[in-house]
Amino acid sequence: MAKETIVIIGNGISGVTAARHIRKLSDNRIIIISAESEYFFSRTALMYVYMGHMKFEHTQPYENWFWKKNRIELVNGYVTWVDHASKKVLLKNTEEIPYDKLIIATGSKPNKFGWPGQDLKGVQGLYSKQELEQLEIDAPNKEVCKRAVIVGGGLIGIELAEMLRSRDIPVTFLVRESSFWNGVLPEGESQMINEHILEHHIDLRLSTNLVEILPDDNGKAKAVVTDKGDIIECNLVGLTPGVTPNVDFLKESGIELGRGIKVNRFLETNIPDIYGIGDCAEQHEPIGQRRPIEAVWYTGRMMGETVAQTICGNRIEYKPGHWFNSAKFLDIEYQTYGWVFSDKSKKPNEAHFHWRHPRELVCITMAYDSKTRKFLGINTFGIRMRHEIFDRWLTDGQSIDHVMEFLKDANFDPEFYAQYEGAIVARYNAELGTSILPRKKSWKRIFLNVQS
Amino acid sequence: MKAIKNTGLVIFLIGLGIFTALTVVGTFKLTQDDFNEFVSDNGIKSDLFIKAIETTVVGKEFDGMMAFSPKVVAALENANAEHKINKEYKKVIYTNPHDMAAMIGKKAGSGFIAKNKGLMWFLTFGLGILGALFFILPNVVLLGPKGIKNNGIYLENATNRGWMAWMVFIFLVAFYLVLYFRSEYAVNWTYLVDPISESLSGNPAGHWFVYGFMYCTVMTVMAVRMYIKYRHNVYQMVRTTSVLFFQIIFAFLIPEIMVRLQMPYYDFKNAFPLDYDFFFQWNLRSLINSGGIGIFILVWGTVLTLVIVPVMVYFFGKRWYCSWVCGCGGLAETLGDPYRQHSSKTLFSWRVERWLIHGVLVFAVGMTLMTLYSFFAESGTVLGIKTSNVQNTYSLLIGSIFAGVIGTGFYPIFGNRVWCRFGCPLAAYLGFVQRFKSRFRITTNGGQCISCGNCSTYCEQGIDVRAYAQKGENIIRSSCVGCGICSAVCPRGVLKLENGPEKGRINPTQVLLGNDVDLMNLVNQK
Repeated sequence: MAKETIVIIGNGISGVTAARHIRKLSDNRIIIISAESEYFFSRTALMYVYMGHMKFEHTQPYENWFWKKNRIELVNGYVTWVDHASKKVLLKNTEEIPYDKLIIATGSKPNKFGWPGQDLKGVQGLYSKQELEQLEIDAPNKEVCKRAVIVGGGLIGIELAEMLRSRDIPVTFLVRESSFWNGVLPEGESQMINEHILEHHIDLRLSTNLVEILPDDNGKAKAVVTDKGDIIECNLVGLTPGVTPNVDFLKESGIELGRGIKVNRFLETNIPDIYGIGDCAEQHEPIGQRRPIEAVWYTGRMMGETVAQTICGNRIEYKPGHWFNSAKFLDIEYQTYGWVFSDKSKKPNEAHFHWRHPRELVCITMAYDSKTRKFLGINTFGIRMRHEIFDRWLTDGQSIDHVMEFLKDANFDPEFYAQYEGAIVARYNAELGTSILPRKKSWKRIFLNVQS
Repeated sequence: MKAIKNTGLVIFLIGLGIFTALTVVGTFKLTQDDFNEFVSDNGIKSDLFIKAIETTVVGKEFDGMMAFSPKVVAALENANAEHKINKEYKKVIYTNPHDMAAMIGKKAGSGFIAKNKGLMWFLTFGLGILGALFFILPNVVLLGPKGIKNNGIYLENATNRGWMAWMVFIFLVAFYLVLYFRSEYAVNWTYLVDPISESLSGNPAGHWFVYGFMYCTVMTVMAVRMYIKYRHNVYQMVRTTSVLFFQIIFAFLIPEIMVRLQMPYYDFKNAFPLDYDFFFQWNLRSLINSGGIGIFILVWGTVLTLVIVPVMVYFFGKRWYCSWVCGCGGLAETLGDPYRQHSSKTLFSWRVERWLIHGVLVFAVGMTLMTLYSFFAESGTVLGIKTSNVQNTYSLLIGSIFAGVIGTGFYPIFGNRVWCRFGCPLAAYLGFVQRFKSRFRITTNGGQCISCGNCSTYCEQGIDVRAYAQKGENIIRSSCVGCGICSAVCPRGVLKLENGPEKGRINPTQVLLGNDVDLMNLVNQK
């Protein structure tokens, strides 16, 4: 195959994964364009830079020589226009870069819902490196930032709250829902996170919406007004009500857009040789129970792995496997495998088994089909679980009874940790009238998939 | 709480200040009787040296070791020079002049310090321990709910290579230089722990006893810090208890008690080649001459290295030794924990590491082969190279400078495992076993890695853990000491230290779990 020029817009996990795999598969020329940072960094780690766990350089997964060694050209520039007729992209500095194939992986940008005052100084989201730098300016310590208000009870909101609390800055957290993230989490879990948020001295205000942000004389945010009629004085407003695809520069380019870049199962856009991957891609039809736009690290990476195959001549569908995800809510780790829907969005046949530790902030919820007892998914808080084992159980269509019986195989907590499987299974037996005896952990089953 | 911490810091610094001042203050006055006893006890035959000391030292009062030491050093060097000119080799004294100054100084100490050992112990060790505990204990409250507590590490001077870190660096380096090369300045320290030494071995303390006692003290206090910081993590608690136990019981108490029982001084857990002089002639002779217990130690030491160490590494990885038992590891995991993030993760440092640590292993093994040949062939040279020269070079460069001065002194700048990573020949040996024949691995949890970099940042051995985790690969590295911190700091539950079947332990992966099964098979099965 003749050598082609592959241009990738965006150096996040999707774009970089695509580039790495294209390099493995081909000798194509690869150009990555980014305006955000010189080198790829882990977006999910930005919080740790502010908290002082790491320096920014530690968030970069590859050393700086990596790119040259692998002949991946990095261009620092902002793409303003894609000219698909003559197959080139135009940068802000008027430079033109021709391509044979173009991958758009421009990620997301924070949502803004037209609140009065949303563009004031001291109002920001937390997505980009630039926003992290801005936060360091506006909230370096509790003397400069006497209080921060965070609007939007999702994953970025709670991370921002944790960050600010690490510098002892008082935080008020406005959450639209009646309980934290209960659009996604079942009630018991959401409730536990509420408690943990309060334990960290965060002023959590549930069922509360932002009305407007008030400016001071210098055009800087000085207070927020809530729909409960409260005026909360603050020096920083964090807007974290989710993200939306970063595709404004593509309007009128001829590339079909919905909320994001419309792609088919091959991650192809309506224009030949242009692909959309990662947060900015929107599937015409949702895949399984997934959303059409998935702004998740893991799916970005998978799309990168997949599109590289297509670009290098092995046209292949994007077929993500069983859903999984993870997050950390302050001190509580969260993992999920398969589907566990919130009380609001679960289907009638989806039954839940919930167990919570009497004292520790540890709980799990397993979803199963109320008729067939088929295992559907698990949410786990404060217990680490093995991805491989749950993936296997989901593929094999195991019943929840099977999962209970072999639950010890799935435990991934460090050695010597307290084990909760006994208590979990006992509760399960009591609630469902079963008499399952949890089996001892077996290395053979775990690593060699040998049943015994 | 902050006030208690600050008070603790002040108390600690006062204790440390007095401790440091002890190197240069104090009164030394050697009586004729003491000197006569010293001469006969040590079998000194140099009339020149005896005369020189009697004229320049005996009966005079010296203010501080700075005044005392040069007299002894000069007396010894001049006497030896004269004897060598006169070919009176029987009279030459082979003791290092500074050690001689320390030995005579110990006899000569006569002022307030030597007379108030208990009080002085309290003003140095006592204040240091109290102050440190005052500084550490409030963290129970200040750190808030249990979980990973790395907030501010890169924002604080002391843990981010600021001037405080450099001060600690200078202090530690200076401390080790005194210990290894100017032991006379440690004489005052020995008085503080004389009562403890006498109650254990029956002998007054030398500077190595000071070091051993201090080592245990520092580890214990810093273990308290570990318990508080990692109180959510049982693996860390158990591991910390284990290193503390082996240090205090095996490295400190048992050898001292063995001396009291007329047995050889021996640390049963210190395995060759870390214990590089185990096969030196003088040690072999001393063991053989000690009867049953000596022979037992000889057999134990050999079996430890050849059988116990590799078998244990096969089952548990080298962590069983390096981060559960070893004294060097113990100090690194307690005193060194605040500095673990400074180990370099670059590919370049990995290259340097492999050359250096394997170089030291070759050096240690080569030296030991020479030693054994010399011992059995009763020849001082091998292929024209003097065995004792090689031994002395190793002791100086590796035993003292690398393991001590650099190994611990460089904690605040290059991380807490400089010696273990770049120098320890035992670690190199264990590493081979761990890499090629072991059940140990750090399992990567499918596709859950988010490349955040916490694991790599906090790896004390400078392993780029993330490079493996983000590919879904298990971490199998010879240098991993299994401290478990990568697993602890991982925000997504991706890493687990475990011992399992060897099959599939190394699992090169291109496409991670969670994507299309066909694609994973296509790409991963090359």
